[in-house]
Amino acid sequence: MRWLLLKDLQILRRSPLLVGLLVVYPVAIAVLIGVALSRSPEKPKVAFVNQVPPAASTFKLGGQEIDASKYAERLFESVEPVRVGTREQAIEKVRDGEALGALIVPPDITEKLGTGLQSAEVEVIYNNEDPVKGRYVEQIINSRLADANAALADKLREIAVQDIHLLLDGGELSLFGRTYDILGLRRTERILQDALRTLPADSPERERLRQVERFASLAVANLNLATDVVGTVSQPVRVKRTPLQGKRTPLDSFAVAIAVTVSLMFVTVLLASGMLALEREEHAFSRLVRGLVSRMGLLAEKVGLAALCAWVVALAMTCGIGLFVSLDWSRFGLWLVALAFAAAGFGALGVAIGGLAREVRAASLLAFLLSLPIAFLALVPSGAVSGGVYDVVRVVSALFPFKPALDAMDSALNDTGQSLLGPLAHLTALTAAFMVVARLALRRFG
Amino acid sequence: MAAPARTASDAPALRASGLSRRFGARVALRDVGFAVSPGELVAVIGPNGAGKTTLLSILAGIQSPDAGAVERPSGGVGWVPQQPALYSKLSVAENLRLFARLERVADPEAAVERMLAQADLADRARDEVGRLSGGNRQRVNIAIGLLADPAVLLLDEPSTALDPRQRERLWDFVGGLTGRGTGIVYSTHIVQEAERYADRVLVLADGELIFTGTPRELEAESGASGVDFEAAFVRFLHERGH
Repeated sequence: MRWLLLKDLQILRRSPLLVGLLVVYPVAIAVLIGVALSRSPEKPKVAFVNQVPPAASTFKLGGQEIDASKYAERLFESVEPVRVGTREQAIEKVRDGEALGALIVPPDITEKLGTGLQSAEVEVIYNNEDPVKGRYVEQIINSRLADANAALADKLREIAVQDIHLLLDGGELSLFGRTYDILGLRRTERILQDALRTLPADSPERERLRQVERFASLAVANLNLATDVVGTVSQPVRVKRTPLQGKRTPLDSFAVAIAVTVSLMFVTVLLASGMLALEREEHAFSRLVRGLVSRMGLLAEKVGLAALCAWVVALAMTCGIGLFVSLDWSRFGLWLVALAFAAAGFGALGVAIGGLAREVRAASLLAFLLSLPIAFLALVPSGAVSGGVYDVVRVVSALFPFKPALDAMDSALNDTGQSLLGPLAHLTALTAAFMVVARLALRRFG
Repeated sequence: MAAPARTASDAPALRASGLSRRFGARVALRDVGFAVSPGELVAVIGPNGAGKTTLLSILAGIQSPDAGAVERPSGGVGWVPQQPALYSKLSVAENLRLFARLERVADPEAAVERMLAQADLADRARDEVGRLSGGNRQRVNIAIGLLADPAVLLLDEPSTALDPRQRERLWDFVGGLTGRGTGIVYSTHIVQEAERYADRVLVLADGELIFTGTPRELEAESGASGVDFEAAFVRFLHERGH
């Protein structure tokens, strides 16, 4: 078998286009994914009209000065502002396609915010010529305005809480350029209690003072609760995130697992199917199986060759991506194991395809036609389709190596909290099953 | 380095008896039996679909018969398929070396040198097979069949796709093998090649062996006189309802 393996490596070495593709493909994929994951998405351009005079960008609330421009900056974290002077210019920019949307901030916004009683209003104009981008811009602006609103609400809550504490504990209050000393309810309560103690038991003032003291006590107790109530009002619904099935894979790392698995699949399946079909195309198959090598030995050699080449390519690709994306290099040993089992599974699928096809081109076409839907099916999330269809998708995905290979790579690359053994056992079973299919398919070779 | 000539003897180098093979409802071979002596050149002729390739595949051990048996010589049987079974990306020498190793030849390098000399391909040893002419490819194809120095060589339509000059060189080469005692069985649809080169012809029609004898005996059997061998062969088939 080693002579056959050496022969195939020699043939590969003399096929510069194929070897070039095998080298360039993973490098290109690694660079593309790395760059895509390490760079933020391009910001959409949004025309921005700020009609607030520079001197009026701040407003006072509860004795505190708030800079509205600080909150506007939050919006520009996600969009690239195209600053214009008037609403008409902004609309023109959107119409011309220079901006996907426009945000107009009216001159009275800080004035309204400063009252603490009125809601301020901004205008948003969308260009829906490209529905996908239009929707994206709409969502970005809405999301960032919600962030700005939340930040303002937090500031208002903070001011309200400070005022409540001033009311409770007393302190200094600046108003209209003058500073006032506020007594505070707690101190009022203590003063009243002291006064009550000094009053004669039959004093007619005692009952009236006692009523005021009870009111102060009640106010202190309820205003203590008010700070929590204000916090609740500013954020009525909080989100508690509970991931099911114990997976804790960040999106970037999962994207790496997908990229590596897809590349591994294509390289292995194409090589295994192509090299087996080549034996038929070169008419060497009948000569080989005349006692020179067993049919099963031939299949094992093709799986080994394809798996070995793809393993090296996929490992290089993973390391390449690791230059751009933060990967856990302490799990390197697990990467090797997962890649090896996945490559064996894909190799077995490849020889099954190569056994069904009689020519290299037919084998390659069949490999592509089969591999792509298998990969897509394995990536269909639950909830994207109806329950019955999802069950069918799961069964189909379980019959091919992509899904367990992806699970194995995900577990190897990331601390998903799931055992690697399950996907490896699944891949082993599929490798054996596809070897049997390939052996049966070889009957067609004659 | 030439292989030692085998001693001619009356003991058959290869014997087939009662060979039958079906493909579904179609009978490809029916009770076919014959023997090949050392140094004998036997041609298997017959119309298309007569079962020639099936017979040679069974003799080579690629297919198993449904009934019957093949007694192969201790030196083994060399197999030369109709299409050159070679790796076009490898050179002539690399193809020979690969198959010599797979055949577990005792000294692969010596076998490669011997076959390069025998096939007159020493000057093309480093050339990729994909760049050779059809005739040279067929010589490499036959050389691979001879690497293990088999007692019997089976050739399936070896001269197909060769021009007349290449065919002449091929049959000179094959003639040299029989001179060294190698039994040769070849199938062909060019009946003149059977007349010209074969010691004995086997006529297969619809899976049945309907004639065994020399080309002259086949001519005589057809009852034709003053016609060429091809016309006599066609008449022979017509007379037997094929």
